Amino acid sequence: MLLTERQRICEDVTAWTHELGSDRSAMLPILQLIQAKYREVSPYSMQVVADQLGIHPVEVYSVVTFFAFLREGTHGKFVIRLCRTITCDMAGKDRIAQQLRNDLGIDFGQTTPDGQFSLEWTSCMGMCDQGPALLVNDQVFTRVTSDMVHDIVEACRRSFGPLAFHSREVKTEVDQ
Amino acid sequence: MTSSIMPGLVTFKTIVPNEGLQAALARSRSDVIHEISASKLKGRGGAGFPTGVKWNLAAAACGEPKYIVCNADEGEPGTFKDRVILSEIADIVFEGMTIAAYAIGATKGILYLRGEYTYLRASLEDVLRKRREANLLGDKILGSDLSFDIDIHMGAGAYVCGEETALIESLEGHRGEPRNRPPFPVDTGFQGKPTVVNNVETFVCAAAILGKGAAWFSAIGTEKSSGPKLFSVSGDCDRPGVYEFPLGVTIEQLLDVVGGNNAKAVQVGGASGQCIPAGQFDRAICFEDVSTGGSVIVFGPQRDMLHIAKNFMEFFVEESCGQCTPCREGNAKLLEGIERLEKGQCSMAYLNELCRLGEVMQLSSKCGLGQSSPNAFLSIVKHFREELMGRPHPATR
Repeated sequence: MLLTERQRICEDVTAWTHELGSDRSAMLPILQLIQAKYREVSPYSMQVVADQLGIHPVEVYSVVTFFAFLREGTHGKFVIRLCRTITCDMAGKDRIAQQLRNDLGIDFGQTTPDGQFSLEWTSCMGMCDQGPALLVNDQVFTRVTSDMVHDIVEACRRSFGPLAFHSREVKTEVDQ
Repeated sequence: MTSSIMPGLVTFKTIVPNEGLQAALARSRSDVIHEISASKLKGRGGAGFPTGVKWNLAAAACGEPKYIVCNADEGEPGTFKDRVILSEIADIVFEGMTIAAYAIGATKGILYLRGEYTYLRASLEDVLRKRREANLLGDKILGSDLSFDIDIHMGAGAYVCGEETALIESLEGHRGEPRNRPPFPVDTGFQGKPTVVNNVETFVCAAAILGKGAAWFSAIGTEKSSGPKLFSVSGDCDRPGVYEFPLGVTIEQLLDVVGGNNAKAVQVGGASGQCIPAGQFDRAICFEDVSTGGSVIVFGPQRDMLHIAKNFMEFFVEESCGQCTPCREGNAKLLEGIERLEKGQCSMAYLNELCRLGEVMQLSSKCGLGQSSPNAFLSIVKHFREELMGRPHPATR
């Protein structure tokens, strides 16, 4: 890791601890901020968090490895998580999964060589009435079709910085 | 109950914002708890613990400060009612939390929102900001002696954190592994202080009860299961969505409304609930009979019950925290058994052995996850044994 990046992590974590407090209960929010900004929680950043909170780095490591949304290794810029629980399964998640594999050229659990996309499974994400559902980073997509998979992936590819498209409104009621 | 019921919140939409809070602040703390107890409100997350008892214990517990935690870690497969509540009437949720804070003497509230619902966070922060501006949160709320504020904490993708002690562990910056109970969070909760952890819908009910009265609430539903309840209906039906029914509604009545009459089976209570076959659709959904946190998944006639059992078991193998042996090893063993059944390689003796293992897990697991993870498998084996056994071996097919 470059010295400048180390310094950046150090400054960030220090600032976040000032804001959120140096109590251990601030750990998860800080780790989430690190994950969001650096797309990974590196061993170095775990050490910095441990120093700031006055605990052993293994304690930080144990938390990072527990939660599905925190990762030690680098994630793609766009993390696509497809729900695999029963109702999305019944709504045809297998076809969507295959389309994602085909369009991205990777399997679940992998990241594209250009570092743009990671593909993952997720457990029920609470969109069971509108399956199949997937998350792109924080954005929710529902009633996904094979066509939509292509649109979503292309929109990600075209965008620089934050996602340049808007999620379909998450509907709380069925179409009347 | 007619088939004109459409999805969505009904009674909950008629709650006048802050009516309950004003009524609560005008009464004594013990009066508020008494009102909740009189309504016979039971926890809406699924376990069904009487809310009045919980608040009373927390009010009586020694320790400062006290905490109110709203459990919005809605991870049970097939459940999405909390998402709808938080999108449509988040204000009432925060009002309910404030009432609870007044009742037990808490000063700090935490909304624990699951990571998958991050997209809701901005609008929730906005609701909180407006409440602060209107003096409904902060110091001396509405001129009373109550000072209370609410923070939002994000989960990070762990089903087990819906268990209240695991949720507290994760709030404290530990792995989300459940604690032994007792001690219960009402006396030893967040940071070792008295903490009330309630489901999103429970807080909405509390606000409604204070506004409309315990008698109104307990008049709805059955003797032991009072009140309206939100159901998240998904799967093979014409109109999936969130529905409101009085507790005690039969599965048949519910299926009529959602358009799922030809169902083969219904999974009530999510992956940790039980599978009810068509022959038992006259059973009532309430704490006395088939209890649920609100999840109803409809399975049409074409569904393979073994595939469903496998999907649920894969879920539990993934989501078990791995802390206690019955859950960590048991779920993996059950999944292995299901794979054997799939291949048509499971003897009846082995299937019976698997069922015994399931019962051991129910008895000996540390938390609700492992205690309830065999439910789906056991009920599917019980009701659909014929369908599971003697599948042709893939090689001879």
